[in-house]
Amino acid sequence: MKAIRFSVNGKHYDITVPPHRTLLEVIREELGLTGTKEGCGVGECGACTVIMDGKTVNSCLVLAAEADGKEITTIEGLAQGDRLHPIQQAFIDHGGFQCGFCTPGMIMSAKALLDANPRPSEEEIRKGISGNFCRCTGYTKIIESIKAAAKNMEAKP
Amino acid sequence: MVTFYRRLPRFDYLAPKTLDEALSLLSQHKGKAQLIAGGTDIVPQLKGRLVKTPQYIIDLKAIPGLDYIRHDKARGLAIGALATIKSVIDSPVVGEKFSVLAQAAGNMASPQVRNRGTIAGNICNAVPSADSAPALLVLEANLKLVSPGGERTVNIDEFFTGPNRTVLADDEILVEIQLPTPPPKSKGAFLKLGPRKAMDLAIVGVAVLVVPESGKCKDIRIALEAVAPTPIRARQAEAVLREQMFDEKPIAKAAQTAASEAKPISDHRASAQYRREMVEVLVKRAIEQALRS
Repeated sequence: MKAIRFSVNGKHYDITVPPHRTLLEVIREELGLTGTKEGCGVGECGACTVIMDGKTVNSCLVLAAEADGKEITTIEGLAQGDRLHPIQQAFIDHGGFQCGFCTPGMIMSAKALLDANPRPSEEEIRKGISGNFCRCTGYTKIIESIKAAAKNMEAKP
Repeated sequence: MVTFYRRLPRFDYLAPKTLDEALSLLSQHKGKAQLIAGGTDIVPQLKGRLVKTPQYIIDLKAIPGLDYIRHDKARGLAIGALATIKSVIDSPVVGEKFSVLAQAAGNMASPQVRNRGTIAGNICNAVPSADSAPALLVLEANLKLVSPGGERTVNIDEFFTGPNRTVLADDEILVEIQLPTPPPKSKGAFLKLGPRKAMDLAIVGVAVLVVPESGKCKDIRIALEAVAPTPIRARQAEAVLREQMFDEKPIAKAAQTAASEAKPISDHRASAQYRREMVEVLVKRAIEQALRS
């Protein structure tokens, strides 16, 4: 077993984990934060994307032990109380999903993109979500949602 | 029947705090340990039971000061073993003086993988389609390998020995990638062919570095990925073009020669014949693109 100390959505955890557990498994199964999804499990689809120390990672490829000392944000960490994050709201307003399975990862990638680049071009948005696969609606509505979120966030910082 | 594993097999996890500690753990557990940097290649291989499960995973990331990208005029560029692909893309000096590597790094995998994966890991994994390899081959990278017995420097041209195989010994760690400053007025280009623009393995990848002098080819280096058991230099093609004018005919001849040097296989991504033809197309295109840049 391996003792790790990390913060998830601002909450500190001191836990012990088996060394072969992934960060994704610990987030979902130990912490009960099931917003982060497992798609392919091998770093291709981006459904498990979380933000670790400011950067997006595939949590299915990160050992929980590697997250020792890190700050992690998952989809559950975006809303403030009942108020959704502007990116979440934009996905609802613009129909940025159908089944919703890719949405948490998609929104985490969008957040990392907008944090680094508040006014991305369409090309930059496409590149920003190039590690996130949507298998139902396609990307048009998702890109529209991210554009709208960028606009709203700039209007109301 | 194919068994589809989603979970990692059991192993122990070690996170040495110094390079010396890592080296001693590695030789202590020789043959039973696997090094990881970003882990983006190793974790899927372990999940898929594609490699023998090591008893120990030795994570290098707790070693401070190995994630550097340093440049000085005399020695050129040094990329530490833990420098992520993303940090290479973001490095101004890489973009300015080693642009072929910046182009290749920008074409690798996805933002998530680039945040985590390293250039050193990409070449140690040593797949024929390693995207950073052609750029490192045309930049004539030297690799600093350290073991408890000392250190040695191996040119990248001698590093790969087969698919997933390198000259790295069981107790050796690649600690630094050294790139000599490219010749003055040299220009590079990297092209990758695949059905998707991101998150895909190359069908063919080509890097070229050209040194033009009043329309003539003073020097040229050409490297290919995904068309042989390892990433390779196309030296015969280089010889065809060297000292010739950068005109349509010599470029076409060099591209044909590169295609004949490739030893591609047929798989679900593409047939050997298609790969070979695409080598010709991409080498020509990469030379033209480098000359225009």
